Amino acid sequence: MSVVAANVAQVPVIQARSLTKKYGDFTAVDAIDFDVEPGESFGLLGPNGAGKSTTMRMIGGTSLRTSGTLTVAGLDPEQHGPQVRAQLGVVPQTDNLDEELNARDNLYIYGRYFGLPASYLKPRVEELLEFAQLTEKAKSKVNALSGGMKRRLTIARGLVNEPRVLLLDEPTTGLDPQARHILWDRLFRLKEDGVTLVVTTHFMDEAEQLCDRLVVMDAGRIVAEGSPASLIRQYASREVCEVRFGSDRNEAMVHQLAGLAERLELLPDRVLLYADNGEDVLEGINHLGLNPLTSLVRRSSLEDVFLRLTGRSLVD
Amino acid sequence: MTDLATRPSRVTPDAARVNRWGWWYFAEYQIKGFRAFAGTIVATALGNPVLYLAAMGIGLGGMITQQVGGVDYLIFVAPALLVSTVVTTASGLGMWPIMSGFKWEKYYFSAGATPLTPGQIVDGQTVAVGARLLAQGLVFWLVGLAFGAFPDAWSWLVVPIATLAGLAFFAPLMAYSATLEDEGLQFNIVGRFIVMPMFLFAGTFFPLESMPSYLRWIGWISPIWHGTELSRAVSFGQDLSIARIGLHSGFLVTLLVGGLALSHRNFAKRLIS
Repeated sequence: MSVVAANVAQVPVIQARSLTKKYGDFTAVDAIDFDVEPGESFGLLGPNGAGKSTTMRMIGGTSLRTSGTLTVAGLDPEQHGPQVRAQLGVVPQTDNLDEELNARDNLYIYGRYFGLPASYLKPRVEELLEFAQLTEKAKSKVNALSGGMKRRLTIARGLVNEPRVLLLDEPTTGLDPQARHILWDRLFRLKEDGVTLVVTTHFMDEAEQLCDRLVVMDAGRIVAEGSPASLIRQYASREVCEVRFGSDRNEAMVHQLAGLAERLELLPDRVLLYADNGEDVLEGINHLGLNPLTSLVRRSSLEDVFLRLTGRSLVD
Repeated sequence: MTDLATRPSRVTPDAARVNRWGWWYFAEYQIKGFRAFAGTIVATALGNPVLYLAAMGIGLGGMITQQVGGVDYLIFVAPALLVSTVVTTASGLGMWPIMSGFKWEKYYFSAGATPLTPGQIVDGQTVAVGARLLAQGLVFWLVGLAFGAFPDAWSWLVVPIATLAGLAFFAPLMAYSATLEDEGLQFNIVGRFIVMPMFLFAGTFFPLESMPSYLRWIGWISPIWHGTELSRAVSFGQDLSIARIGLHSGFLVTLLVGGLALSHRNFAKRLIS
């Protein structure tokens, strides 16, 4: 690779500095900074209302920022909306496929919006149907497809223009576990193919599965940034011991549990004890004769990171 | 599995090309959408002239023995009925489908996430509706010919005139519908208190001059009356001065252009916030 090519490859495909969006007195996105590198799978993790979707819309130039700077592929999406959107694939939170058209026509029509000729689109649409495992449903109207199929079709539609960046807003919300896993598999393949993914999610398992790097957002601000593994290392212990004593007893047990773990979190339905070895903690609890109703030892997750950073659970 | 990303790209989305032709790409989509309802559209396009011409032209016309506007009643009423039915279709297309594009099916938002601009979406929507109105007017005119309702050689011009009148009503209504967040009684009110009076008091069934002067203003502001006056001139040679032709055409074009300008603004507000 030449020096020039190497430099181009290192230029962030998305760069935000002090990016802010206000609706009247409400600050939806509060002076955030982030870069997305080419080929990276980048996540915006946070609860509903954290400012993730607003950030996505600003990237696509369909939401106007209040202040700060933002470039996508070197261009300001507000000044060069059509040029920026020509390089993006957008998968919105709610499927907005045309229910009256069949799966194939949905892809074809969307491709036309990018000025793509029929000679390119016809084979491309077939490729995308295959990718989305919908070849047999090509002639089915969208309203006859399952939720998972619609989601895959929306993702396939977002790929019709071979985008530099695919924006996925809550890609698996509302899907059953099997449909989620099929979708993750498709997205993982895109990631392997080198497509730059920007994913918003409030599911920590999704973020862990898909994201090389992520920012944790809360109330419009970025509260932490890093790879899933580094965030867990930084903000949580290796393991967690979850115990339940019943909703009326959890709080009362806290002082007896103190000292058994590095850190302790009291939630309405359970107590979380953070330690490098969760089994040792559980053994300590049993040794004290505290008799929890249920107990579980697991590895720490991004959920624990979020709890540590905000004092709240991701999915309330 | 097909490798979707790593193989060399065969095509680059061309923002400059979309800049020129984006309006057509959206029109193409809407016209494809109309094809999904082709049966209903054709039935309406054929049923309207047959029923209206039979009922008003032959049924009612059979009772009116004297000439109206210097011609038989069927010939007098046919161009007006063509314009009225086309404008009525246009009014329907300017309400629920526009709201659906923002609220239910959200097709304006899916298009808005592509290189298309809100203005191109508006223009494409208008072109598609224009194409549908043109087709509907053409079918009416052909059926009317079979009834002997359009005697003049230039009567085919009623089709573009009716399309212009329809779009003159559609464009401002589209601008209004684009401002609505929820479906309330607004569309019922538009239908009953704007479209219906404009249809009934637009000189469709009788010359506007036969109305009391305090009701004539309804016709003057109705695109149906302006379209009807122009269409009668080309259909059976009703006298119309150059000044009146300019006035009627100017009124319709002003409504269309004004409605489009407002729609551009309102769509941009909804799609880019």
